[in-house]
Amino acid sequence: MNWSRKHLLDIQSLSAEEINLVLDTAKAFKAVGERAIKKVPALRGKTVVNLFVEPSTRTRISFELAAHRLTADVVNFSVEASSLKKGETLKDTARNLEALNADMIVIRHSAAGAPHFLSRVVNVSVINAGDGAHEHPTQALLDVFTIREKKGRIAGLEVTILGDILFSRVARSNIWALLKLGARVTLCGPSTLVPRVFEEMGCVVNHNVDRAIENADIINLLRIQHERQRKTMFPSIGEYTSLYSLNKTRFEKIKPDALIMHPGPINRGVEIDSEIADSQRSVILDQVTNGLAVRMAVLFLVNGGKGPVELGV
Amino acid sequence: MTSVEMQRVLARLAHEVAERNGQSSSVVLIGIQRGGPFLAQRLGQALAELWGHAVPVGTVDVGMHRDDLNNRMPPEIFPTQIPCDLNHRTVVLVDDVLFSGRTARAALDSINDFGRPKSVQLAVLIDRGHRELPIQPDFVGRVVETLKNERIDVRLREESGEDHVSLESL
Repeated sequence: MNWSRKHLLDIQSLSAEEINLVLDTAKAFKAVGERAIKKVPALRGKTVVNLFVEPSTRTRISFELAAHRLTADVVNFSVEASSLKKGETLKDTARNLEALNADMIVIRHSAAGAPHFLSRVVNVSVINAGDGAHEHPTQALLDVFTIREKKGRIAGLEVTILGDILFSRVARSNIWALLKLGARVTLCGPSTLVPRVFEEMGCVVNHNVDRAIENADIINLLRIQHERQRKTMFPSIGEYTSLYSLNKTRFEKIKPDALIMHPGPINRGVEIDSEIADSQRSVILDQVTNGLAVRMAVLFLVNGGKGPVELGV
Repeated sequence: MTSVEMQRVLARLAHEVAERNGQSSSVVLIGIQRGGPFLAQRLGQALAELWGHAVPVGTVDVGMHRDDLNNRMPPEIFPTQIPCDLNHRTVVLVDDVLFSGRTARAALDSINDFGRPKSVQLAVLIDRGHRELPIQPDFVGRVVETLKNERIDVRLREESGEDHVSLESL
């Protein structure tokens, strides 16, 4: 199949074939990162703007390096040093970037739907790097890439996502991607953060952490998103840790080949025991490596998504 | 071209490669995705028999090095597997059909990232003409006169169960 999208806005609207195409392309780009010369000329002469209206280190650096490895030029734009602070609207900022002939805008924004809005007002490829509590598509793609790489498949796997689901864009994008690829998804955490309404997406909601993780092939841990919680969702961090963290006692009871994932940043001793985060079973740093390959694939694919179909040579 | 003809052509190509490259231990065959890898493997086997030692065979995908990425759908990317250090080696690029020469140019670019070979040669099963770049093959299976809007369909037994080359008009 061929990729025909100009933007990557969410996982919800992608087909399983499109997700697999990104994963296959990312596999080839991962190999580029392992060479002595870690660079290919695929996006030579293209300009990528990292428009990060919300703080980020890992995602921004990952996109920046991905663009560099494709020989694109990168402009980093953070809200503190920009006219958005002076009252310029997002639309005007984006149209200014368009007037400078940027080819791609990678946007992170605290408002859900900001990338979709942008894709309608500018004639530039838009990549969602996280919008509010809505979606974080490249995180989900790198997570399923890592699972496929380690387990050889996605379909039929039991995946448990544990933590703050309600405020997590990572959770939403992961749920869409995993369900489309045929995994079974269980969500677990305090009932205030894991409402039953997620069952409508096709997940299992289980508030008993020991039950939720005992059969899991993958345990994906999520951080408490304090910055998005407007009121107290659980009594205390201490209580959350004793009831829901992946500690040594729980770790001993999970499947021996279960993988531990975390999108970062991790809060050691809160959602995950420090030693478990560093254990052989943790693939947290593989996720970071794979994130770079997946973002290279996404930049590569959306850049070509505007041309007419040409019969190959 | 029938299966028997293709076998004869490949056997001759192997002999030509062997004749040209006295220093057989420095030769690496690299098949250009998507039509080249199986042909490179077959040439590698034939050369191994002629020379009495194994010949490293790899693949290269040129999708990230094409010069028309702006004007087309993003190409599917297939594995690039370079079996050894290419510095000071003789690289023989192998492809099924040579047409504009743009794929060969991209392949030259691509292998550049893996080292500086002593020399690079190009072996193709079919040369159909219509070059757009100053690139010529070193070893040619068969020269076929074609019109620009015709297509050469190469089928190999590894993938489609039979060896067959035919000319189709679009």
